[in-house]
Amino acid sequence: MDGYINIKVRVWRQAGPKAQGHFETYELKNIFQGASFLEMIDILNEQLIAEHKAPIAFDHDCREGICGMCSMYVNGHPHGPDSAITTCQLHMRKFHDGETITVEPWRSRAFPVIKDLMVDRLAYDKIMQAGGFVSVNTGGVPDANAIPIPKPKADEAMDAASCIGCGACAAACKNGSAMLFVAAKVSQLALLPQGKIEAKQRAKNMLAKMDELGFGNCTNTGACAAECPKQVSLAHIARLNREFLAAKFSD
Amino acid sequence: MWLKDSSVGRKFVMAISGTALVLFLLFHGCMNLALVFSEEAYNTICRLLGANWYAVLGSMLIALLVLVHFCYGIYLTILNRRARGNDRYAVSGKKEGVTWESENMLVLGLVVFFFLVLHLYNFWFKMQFAELTGIHTGAFDPQDGAAYVNALFTTPVCGQIYCVLYLIWFCVLWLHLNHGVGSAMTSMGLNNETWQPRVKVISTVVATLVILPFTIVVLYYFGMGIGALL
Repeated sequence: MDGYINIKVRVWRQAGPKAQGHFETYELKNIFQGASFLEMIDILNEQLIAEHKAPIAFDHDCREGICGMCSMYVNGHPHGPDSAITTCQLHMRKFHDGETITVEPWRSRAFPVIKDLMVDRLAYDKIMQAGGFVSVNTGGVPDANAIPIPKPKADEAMDAASCIGCGACAAACKNGSAMLFVAAKVSQLALLPQGKIEAKQRAKNMLAKMDELGFGNCTNTGACAAECPKQVSLAHIARLNREFLAAKFSD
Repeated sequence: MWLKDSSVGRKFVMAISGTALVLFLLFHGCMNLALVFSEEAYNTICRLLGANWYAVLGSMLIALLVLVHFCYGIYLTILNRRARGNDRYAVSGKKEGVTWESENMLVLGLVVFFFLVLHLYNFWFKMQFAELTGIHTGAFDPQDGAAYVNALFTTPVCGQIYCVLYLIWFCVLWLHLNHGVGSAMTSMGLNNETWQPRVKVISTVVATLVILPFTIVVLYYFGMGIGALL
């Protein structure tokens, strides 16, 4: 049964991108365990505002695990200690009475901190702009069954497409690599016939953009897939490598 | 050049050089195994290779591979640390399914390299190097490999210490390969959803196969040394 707990929250506070950050610890009393983690942060912010202190800046939007806005490195895990969920789907029942919860922003050179727990994830958008699309001629809507796609391939493409681009993979990676993200975005199109036409350019351009933006080199440790809220598989990384190498060798 | 400038290109170089070194080690291990059956057979192999042009060419190629693998390893680590940024996480939780060796490949590689230098001094310097230059660097004939193995591993106390050192080396190498082989396969694109667990098994099997012949030989001489002491 969900009860009420008293907790301490140790939060990273940073006034701006260039400012020196530090941890600050806040005490919270009578937090309902049925509350979500972000609701707990909301309560904390109410408390801070009542004390005439600056509230904690953090990213959030849909609060149902599909937008990929929430970030936060909670107790050493992106999106907290539970598996296959985003921070907004994390509940206070995962924590016990008297616990000190450490909350940090994503830490990666390509994701600079904007303020407190907010980081700049424009890098992922730039990678998408480099090739994460298919070009189609506008006109009448084609019949959905005009291009047959085997079910296993459609399923795998769908699994890859479940990536919400939250950045947990690069945040969890000891090399600060965005390979799982790029792999998912390349795979979702590479697996389908519609994506074949631009396959070579896509793999090369997206990877080049990833390298250019300062992400690291993948060493296949698997931390990204272990922490991915959408459980995107490590196998996609092998596909990205294959796509990229095939494109380079055919040049 | 994409093999240097692109992250997948760099990983590909690591994978290819690593795989070539694994193949060399399998070859090296098979040769060593001859020691257990007949020291004469081993010396025949030593003579066959020695300082002949193909052996020298092979050695140079392997040295080049080691150099490339070593330099790329250092380069990749520097790039990756830079990508991680200066701010480290205050709390870092254990990631499920992430092995210790996969996160410490550089350290393991450096230990393997350190032992490699010792190993080159123990054998190569006294055999191929001596034969090439004509300088007598060892106590025996440069082509009498078995005598060098015997002297290094069975001389009381010192020999046993060497046996243990070499066994530690093999363990470190096993850890390095247990992640390395599978990682190389993924880097070359040879992995998918179905093969993921199989690649893990292949990795462990190859790592074990590589160190097995070397371990057998060292344990054989360790036993001989202990037997002589008793």
